[in-house]
Amino acid sequence: MLPLIFVLPLIQLIVLSNAATFEVKNIAFSYVDNDKTPYSRGLIEKFEASTFFNVLTSFPSQEIANSAMLRGEVDVILEIPLHFERDLSKEKKTELLVIINAIDGAAAGVENVYINQIIQGFNKNAQASLIKPSDLKYPYKSITSIPSFWFNETLNYKTFMVPGILVLLVTMITLFLSGMNIVREKEIGTLEQMNVTPIKKHQFIIGKLFPFWVLGMGLLTIGLIIGKAIFNVPMLGSIGVMYFYTSIYILVILGMGLFISNFTDTQQQAMFIAWFFVVIFILMSGLFTPIESMPKWAQIITEFNPIKYFVEVMRMVMLKGSSLADIAPLLIKTLIYALIINGLAIWSYKKTS
Amino acid sequence: MSIEVKHISKSFKDVNALKDISFSVKEGELFGIIGPDGAGKTTLFRILTTLLIADSGSASVSNFDVVNNYKDIRKSVGYMPGKFSLYQDLTVAENLEFFATIFGTTIEENYELIKDIYVQIEPFKNRKAGDLSGGMKQKLALSCALIHKPEVLFLDEPTTGVDPVSRKEFWEMLKRLQQKGITILVSTPYMDEAALCDRIALIQDGEILEIESPEAIVLKYPKKIYDVGASEMYLLIESLKEYTHSYSVYPFGEFVHYSDKRESFDPKELQDFLESKGLKEITIAATKATIEDTFMELAK
Repeated sequence: MLPLIFVLPLIQLIVLSNAATFEVKNIAFSYVDNDKTPYSRGLIEKFEASTFFNVLTSFPSQEIANSAMLRGEVDVILEIPLHFERDLSKEKKTELLVIINAIDGAAAGVENVYINQIIQGFNKNAQASLIKPSDLKYPYKSITSIPSFWFNETLNYKTFMVPGILVLLVTMITLFLSGMNIVREKEIGTLEQMNVTPIKKHQFIIGKLFPFWVLGMGLLTIGLIIGKAIFNVPMLGSIGVMYFYTSIYILVILGMGLFISNFTDTQQQAMFIAWFFVVIFILMSGLFTPIESMPKWAQIITEFNPIKYFVEVMRMVMLKGSSLADIAPLLIKTLIYALIINGLAIWSYKKTS
Repeated sequence: MSIEVKHISKSFKDVNALKDISFSVKEGELFGIIGPDGAGKTTLFRILTTLLIADSGSASVSNFDVVNNYKDIRKSVGYMPGKFSLYQDLTVAENLEFFATIFGTTIEENYELIKDIYVQIEPFKNRKAGDLSGGMKQKLALSCALIHKPEVLFLDEPTTGVDPVSRKEFWEMLKRLQQKGITILVSTPYMDEAALCDRIALIQDGEILEIESPEAIVLKYPKKIYDVGASEMYLLIESLKEYTHSYSVYPFGEFVHYSDKRESFDPKELQDFLESKGLKEITIAATKATIEDTFMELAK
């Protein structure tokens, strides 16, 4: 069991950190070129040059392209109208048709941005070459914004995801194991034997939960080593701050595990309830979808989500180098959470049935 | 009094598990609770070991009240639940060490008490408790229940699912423990084990039918009992039940225990009746009533 507890989450960390990225790559791109001029070919070359697109096919007509989309062979169809070059040079404007497969809405949105960027770039070049001196009474003006991404300059998703996934793994393992632990004693009957001994409530609970606290810290350690060694995630902040926060955070999770244990009779029930919470916590943690984009009521619920705090703290400390003072508000909230949930759990634990 | 139970009742939803139970156990007594499955034996044990609180009535163990002084009871009693409930993934030695530590003692301190039992499982002390045979598990569980030198020992169906040889050994161990001054309350569904107790309480459907010594309890049987044997068991039972004067008919080993309604019973008359039914090799002999006969009679 012990090797499993460590090996499985680490495989998850390595696999998920590579897989959980919001970049959309290998977009199956196709086009219908009705113009067949140097300009239309120039536009298509731009797409070919992009690493995000796999320029697959050129379709002779819109109908054939549409049926390919229906069969799921292509993600994007770009239709270049007849007289594309003529309209562009004479009338200074033309229209392009872009069809995007929006079965996966998030991917479609990203694809739309990529396509627009490429067309904008082409447009700028085209304007530069098409504008004749005689047109200078309409001087060409443009505002360009150059974003600078602080704390993650290249927007590297691994830098962003590794701390988050590490948090999930530490949480999941400690919650599942602690939740099922005391229930297991109920199931096999050892709890009854323990209950007739003079052992005190707090001794028993600490004895049952302390190993999982150590386990959680162990997982964090191995996770951080892998994050550094394999993903080269920056660790700007103090390791000590991370450990200090985690040591309190795990208390919250262990308290929850004990609480679940108290209200269930079988491991199956405990597993079911633990899953219920873990799924809600993960999807509402801000790890995959930003909390800012959630509806107001959902944002209020996230205030009760310990994973949210842990994800935030880990990202702050690792990527931004936040100090203990910076994370103090989150730390205090977590500490209060730990006190309340453990208080409830110990109160609801009874030695008599 | 080592155990004192006064008017205890307990019900679960719509089942009355115990109905106004009262009895007392003297110090150093081996007291048996005898009854079929579902009679309320385990509920009674759980109340006395402070795991369950009775709806009404009071009980005390070693003069400690089971509700108010539950902490003292937990220190001074040993409990062996019907279901094996030691840590299966710890070894024999680790389990013993663990329970000794929890009770704030050491194996060495009370080794004398468990020596007889523990030497039998000592060769397997590095084996995991889950890998032991049924009889071995019982011995280990008993060792763990004794490690803190309890004044009262509660054994809930300790021999259920154990082979006849181990059962016999187990009862011999109980007798030896009794000699060391430990009060033992034991429950069992086996009537033959009842005869080994000092006193027994017959219990059914949450009510005590009778409390007596095993010798006295069989005298409660109101009729004379006969062992009736014949070549065909099934036909014999059917025929005896048909017989107009039959009072009770129970198969008992190779014979049928038969008793007659009348005071003056003539075995010859019954023999003729059975022969008329086509039975051969008929034997009819007077015998003593057993606890089982008494239980069946009282449970009617």
